[in-house]
Amino acid sequence: MKKTIILVMSLLVLAGGAFAQKIKGSDTMLPLSQKEAETFQKEGKGRVTVTGGGSGVGFTALIDGTTEIAQASRKIKMDEKLKLTEAGIPYKEVIAAYDALAVVVNPSNGVSELNREQLEGIFTGKIKNWSQVGGANLQIVVYSRETSSGTYEFFREHVLKNKNFASSVLSMPATGAIIQSVSQTKGAIGYVGLAYVNREVKALKVSFDKKNYVAPSVEAAMDKSYPITRPLYYYYATKYEAKVKSYINYVLSPEGQKIVLKVGYVPLSK
Amino acid sequence: MNKKFIKKLGEKLIHGLLTLSGSITSIIVLLIVIFLFKEGAGLFNRSTLGDDMVLAVNKSNPLNKIKAAKVKAIFDQQVTNWKQVGGKNDSIIIIRLEDLSTYYTEEQLGANLENVGACVSKLTDSLSGAVVYVQKKFVTKDFKGKVLPEEHLSLTEFFFGKEWFPTAVPSAQFGILPLILGTLWVSLGAILIALPLGLGVAIYLAEIADPRLRGVLKPVIELLSGIPSVIYGFFGLVVIVPLIQQAFNLPVGETALAGSIVLGIMALPTIITVAEDAMRTTPRAMKEASLALGATRWQTIYRIIIPYSISGITAGAILGIGRAIGETMAVLMVTGNAGVIPHTYLQPVRTIPATIAAELGESAQGGIHYQALFTLGCVLFVITLLVNLGVEYVSSKRKF
Repeated sequence: MKKTIILVMSLLVLAGGAFAQKIKGSDTMLPLSQKEAETFQKEGKGRVTVTGGGSGVGFTALIDGTTEIAQASRKIKMDEKLKLTEAGIPYKEVIAAYDALAVVVNPSNGVSELNREQLEGIFTGKIKNWSQVGGANLQIVVYSRETSSGTYEFFREHVLKNKNFASSVLSMPATGAIIQSVSQTKGAIGYVGLAYVNREVKALKVSFDKKNYVAPSVEAAMDKSYPITRPLYYYYATKYEAKVKSYINYVLSPEGQKIVLKVGYVPLSK
Repeated sequence: MNKKFIKKLGEKLIHGLLTLSGSITSIIVLLIVIFLFKEGAGLFNRSTLGDDMVLAVNKSNPLNKIKAAKVKAIFDQQVTNWKQVGGKNDSIIIIRLEDLSTYYTEEQLGANLENVGACVSKLTDSLSGAVVYVQKKFVTKDFKGKVLPEEHLSLTEFFFGKEWFPTAVPSAQFGILPLILGTLWVSLGAILIALPLGLGVAIYLAEIADPRLRGVLKPVIELLSGIPSVIYGFFGLVVIVPLIQQAFNLPVGETALAGSIVLGIMALPTIITVAEDAMRTTPRAMKEASLALGATRWQTIYRIIIPYSISGITAGAILGIGRAIGETMAVLMVTGNAGVIPHTYLQPVRTIPATIAAELGESAQGGIHYQALFTLGCVLFVITLLVNLGVEYVSSKRKF
């Protein structure tokens, strides 16, 4: 009796493992992929399991062959590309949606707009007081994400122009922790995905040309007027193409893009 | 005869099984340690530039090598003139692979990047202040610049380096001094908070509280150790961090002190339970003899009960310290994780376990960052070992 139960259970596990498509990687994309997978499953098109861990984790899993799709909030890095080639895994890249990064401060902060140079100064530690960018005389407390996050990489590349963050930057393990800390620290500044912005923090208007300051919103990201916008990717090994294609196509379909908007990201403009 | 033989056989079997389980456990522990050190040892043979990357300068540049820390300063544009790093007076021009497109058109680079090597060579030759950071395969035999030798991480840089930038491009920084100090700082604070408090509670529970109250208190305290550490972390972030910020009027509440308080609370149940159990094993006869000699209750406690149970109390303290040094999640959430050398308890710090937990997932297996994290694990292992040995040495001297 006991044996039968074990046998049945292991069969079930095996079956589930065989049919489910595994997605792993970026925490930023987690809510999106989960929602997509949920409706995808509800319509009876297949099973999908989604796990997070950071974009880097997803690529490592793709290289090790423990996932079929890696979700990433940044482009694949050179060394990851080389590792994939060495392992003999050709892959394909698909842009699933866009995300805008909002720079957030405490709601009590008087500053409401910053340009790229000021942001660079703040995050690399050259600007230390809010009075230097037109605010109150208050020390700036900079929050960043851990180095494993694609959000961190994207912000460094795009806003800091490849310079390193100051070593005094406080790094938090999750976006939720950044929101929590920024909402309770007066001089705080941090960056989060657009979908995470809520009433406890204030999103700043940002300008890269020092002329047009744009507040982050889905519309502004769609017409590309908001500068800190990034694509969100799915990477999959070509050998799994047949298996994952239906899911990828679903995400790219009009229904899938509707979910993108619902979760708070920016759909691919048609 | 037969019966006796079977009995003997059974005993032998049990004896063998016990020996086997003991040795298997020891072997597994040993294997884990060997694995840890094996993975960590390779760090010092790796180039800090990253795999398959090279750094090159113009031929006329007098510098023959640049230290890793200076490479980072150059690429962060904190240093903009070669004079500042010991070269001649010439401004530094940084060229990464991506920057080539500002000097050459895509046609010149080739559709499949086949001309990149030639372009890099030409560019390095024409710009006297150039510093180039590209893949090794683009540096061909007829490269006209000067390729700098690979820099390896030295032990001094590792243990006394003040910057931890494991993913910095092109030159990763692996200075673990701030991390070691952060770990010791937070653990020390935690023990300073937890030990007196824990001992006090243990004495109260073992000797002073009446049995009914103890029946309620002890399970409640033991319940504390069953709470997952991430809950402690969240509690710390939402309650203790703002409290510290307001109490000391700080710009930021995520500090070493917050970590110490959270860890102190987490170590309490271990210390209390073990110490109290040890105190309660004091023979009744000893206590009564002391009281009969006219000693007060307090005199009995610190002259008879504490010396008698000192080994148990030390065991509790070791376990508490062990938990504090190795704790990951709770610390990760409340200390702010800024990799700077702490000067006061009211500053953010970054600890070794938090660093490993936060970064291991991202580092590609076998890469230099991955190995650095394993080396960090070795360092943590050695610290814990030293603490345990130290405490055991002290407690063995106190035996009476």
